[in-house]
Amino acid sequence: MKRKSKSDMVFDVIVTIICVLCLLVVLYPIYFIFIASFSSSSAVTSGKVILLPKEITFRGYEMVLEDPRVLTGYKNTFIYAIGTTIVGLCLTIPAGYALSRPDFVGRKFILKYYVFTMYFSGGMIPTYILIRNLNMIDKGLTVILMLSFSVHNLLVARTFFANTLPQELWEAAEIDGCTNGRYFFEVVIPLSGAIIAVIALYYCVAQWNDYMTSLLYLNTQSKYSLQMFLRDILLASKSVAMDTNDPEDMLEAMKIAQTIKYSVAIVAILPMMVLYPFLQRYFVKGVMIGSIKG
Amino acid sequence: MQARASILWRRFKKNVLRNWTLYLFVLPSFLYITIFHYGPLYGIQIAFRNYKPARGIWNSPWVGLKYFEKFLTSYNCWELIRNTLILSFYELMMFPVPIVLALIIHYTPIRWLRKSTQSITYAPYFISVVVMCGMLTTFFSSTGIVNQIIKILGGNAIDFMNYEEYWRPLYVGSGVWRTSGYNAVIYIAALAGVSPELHEAATVDGANRLQRIWHIDIPSILPTIVILLILRCGRIMSIGFQKAYLLQNDLNLGVSEIISTYVYKMGLQKGQYSLSTAVGLFNNIINFLLVISVNKISSKLTGSGLW
Repeated sequence: MKRKSKSDMVFDVIVTIICVLCLLVVLYPIYFIFIASFSSSSAVTSGKVILLPKEITFRGYEMVLEDPRVLTGYKNTFIYAIGTTIVGLCLTIPAGYALSRPDFVGRKFILKYYVFTMYFSGGMIPTYILIRNLNMIDKGLTVILMLSFSVHNLLVARTFFANTLPQELWEAAEIDGCTNGRYFFEVVIPLSGAIIAVIALYYCVAQWNDYMTSLLYLNTQSKYSLQMFLRDILLASKSVAMDTNDPEDMLEAMKIAQTIKYSVAIVAILPMMVLYPFLQRYFVKGVMIGSIKG
Repeated sequence: MQARASILWRRFKKNVLRNWTLYLFVLPSFLYITIFHYGPLYGIQIAFRNYKPARGIWNSPWVGLKYFEKFLTSYNCWELIRNTLILSFYELMMFPVPIVLALIIHYTPIRWLRKSTQSITYAPYFISVVVMCGMLTTFFSSTGIVNQIIKILGGNAIDFMNYEEYWRPLYVGSGVWRTSGYNAVIYIAALAGVSPELHEAATVDGANRLQRIWHIDIPSILPTIVILLILRCGRIMSIGFQKAYLLQNDLNLGVSEIISTYVYKMGLQKGQYSLSTAVGLFNNIINFLLVISVNKISSKLTGSGLW
């Protein structure tokens, strides 16, 4: 049966080549950031760094790690991400479960009430005014709260529960005198490790990569998230250590500005890239669950 | 009458009170949605009022459609709408890329290459927009890697970010780079679900790979494609604020200023709350109408709407 026609062979070869090209297109920019972060700025700007790092230096990383903003940003983002994940799970998982129960009167209405907000929102300014009227401007808690519930995640959780927990299981438990609360904590939660991981990751990554919330609602530098500082360093060219008074430091910072940019990019994406291989299957799972129409 | 009331009460007790815990489960998120998503809807009225923060929403005088008029007659109104639509349209044109990527990954004969391409093309999705835009501007700056390569190939350096004609391709291209792998996952799963018997039958009949892709795979994953395309069309006017704002500079503003960035600048930087709310509302209404009509069309065509 292993008989391949000539056109199929050609097809295989072409597909493999395109596949390798796709791989390179995605991989090379990331690889380049990595090697450029170890190379001297002059080597990078003169085009010598293409495949391997040249004139290896760790000065970029030193400058980045010495920068108090990076440390502050990391600390804040860490706190925000943990907060968002916890609040997000508390809001999403119980609600997702309740809304998956067919004997829950009113679930259709509640779902519509939620889904409507995916398609129509008050917009940036009314939301800002609301936050200001609630006296929540410039508070870390606001950054956590603004990202700690998403209807999309709720729908993913709901679909998971609807597809994995048969209604008969609950009915049997109810006959034996089990309450909804006990059933949720002693049966549903232990069976839902996968979905809890997926939802936690979604909230965590959303917060880790978010900068808009900080941009809109925070005014104090010491509360900024990592992405805000990254924007300063990467895009607004307020490079590392530019606020120093030492002219030599300033000159050096200007010289290695590019190396610093690459170093800071690596510092920012490193946690994601290190964790990614372990977490990837959960993300794929999340996409798959989300794609099944509930 | 009393009997009827007692039946209703019994039914209420049976269906609602019995599951009171479930309502408790929903309550926190219900309050959240009500406060943070329906709360702002109350504030939309400032689009029709001359809002001054000191006076509050309720005490600001009504001005009717003044701010809508002001926007629609302002000199850059059509430029904003055009920029938003063109950018969205370009993004929409990239819709087939994840499908092609999924087909390529699905048909790669080498197993490890297939697996690693899938997980690696998926990875950029987890790089934040800020880092990606920072890298994009660095790569395409006059001293960046792209210009180094152009120079090696004998061309002249171009400062890409400062030219309007390169801005849209860069915006869309970087989006493709970041999200194609992520979007392909769904299609890869759909392709894996295509019945192997169909392929065997077609092979026996002498169809080659390309013919099988065209006549078996594509029709099999068509429902998935249609649903995702509908979802995508519904987002035409809600193109992202973050990326456009991050990639903007004074020299490319002519193409990079879209409605959402304009709303941010007018509202939060210049304090023109009523005008920017009106512009945002105008955008949201168009978007909402788009979603509804696209959904109607899809219900007619495929028999399945989104809700």
